[in-house]
Amino acid sequence: MAATVGRICGAGLFKSNSLATVNQISSYSTTREWTRGRKAFLGSLGLLAGGAGALMYTLDQSVKATDLELHPPKNMWSHNGLFSSLDHASVRRGYEVYKQVCAACHSLRFIAFRNLVGVSHTEEEAKAEAEDQMIEDGPDDQGNMFKRPGKLSDYFPSPYPNEEAARAANNGAYPPDLSYITSARHGGEDYIFALLTGYCDPPAGLVLREGQYFNPYFPGGAISMAQALYNEAMEYTDGTPPTASQLAKDVSTFLKWTAEPEHDDRKRMLIKGIAIFTFLIATSYYVKKLKFASLKTRKIEFRPKNN
Amino acid sequence: MGISATIYNTIFKRTSTMALAVIGSAFFFERTFDLGTDYFFDRHNEGKLWKHIKGRYQ
Repeated sequence: MAATVGRICGAGLFKSNSLATVNQISSYSTTREWTRGRKAFLGSLGLLAGGAGALMYTLDQSVKATDLELHPPKNMWSHNGLFSSLDHASVRRGYEVYKQVCAACHSLRFIAFRNLVGVSHTEEEAKAEAEDQMIEDGPDDQGNMFKRPGKLSDYFPSPYPNEEAARAANNGAYPPDLSYITSARHGGEDYIFALLTGYCDPPAGLVLREGQYFNPYFPGGAISMAQALYNEAMEYTDGTPPTASQLAKDVSTFLKWTAEPEHDDRKRMLIKGIAIFTFLIATSYYVKKLKFASLKTRKIEFRPKNN
Repeated sequence: MGISATIYNTIFKRTSTMALAVIGSAFFFERTFDLGTDYFFDRHNEGKLWKHIKGRYQ
């Protein structure tokens, strides 16, 4: 291939011809007549304007002071690193928090009990968890729906049959499905953690309607969900002290897993990808150099036969 | 005959042996490569993966 291209184009293709472009540009340029002082002045003006713009941008990005939302602070999650997996003990505790606290209002429609196997529960435990729940199935011979204990293949049951029922039970506010919530909210698991632990008294002058609570991390501040996590709100089966921040951290990790079940595999594949592509890029660079060396260093000489 | 010439004559000269060599080496390369990278991932996340904690629940 390279030999063919070389034969067609000669050595011209491999030579750098950027100098010709520079010459062309400079012959059309209008800045050549400028005095040295003017060039220096305009150059420093441009540098100053660009630098000031960059400074303003970084200052704005660091505090985000242009809007009225309180952005969640970044936490040191144990899965933050490039190669760091989720903490599966935390995922398991987070499932307990979801089951005992969140599941009263929030559905988790896209996660099935079989998804827990090999992630936070053994197969027997996941089967037991499924059998604890009554799942609506049917229709039977008479055309009626009926309830039966859950199986591994069942998805998590929703607390309300439909959105309207959920709104009617919650002052018109719809508790969102939590399956993909960390991907669906700005700030991800940091937002979930900040929201769950960030309840406080409303500032003076802010009027909350009936059934609303103040949370600075919720856009607008007025949220219809009451604070759900308190110290000792529930018991962990593994004996971890159930402080409010521990509960919030574990359920945030669990929801990170439900939104990105492929999280660990993705990071495992990243290690493999970096390793294999480093090797392949190095190899192809060497082969390219090897094959092009003779082409780039050759010299073509014309020798007429009859002289 | 040097070692590279021997390898060339026995493996790379014929397409059939070449293809066999490619398939065979790909098999062994992937097995060892996966072993190495998975080992790194497991050591890097010691105590966090399900396989490290499942002993507590069985």
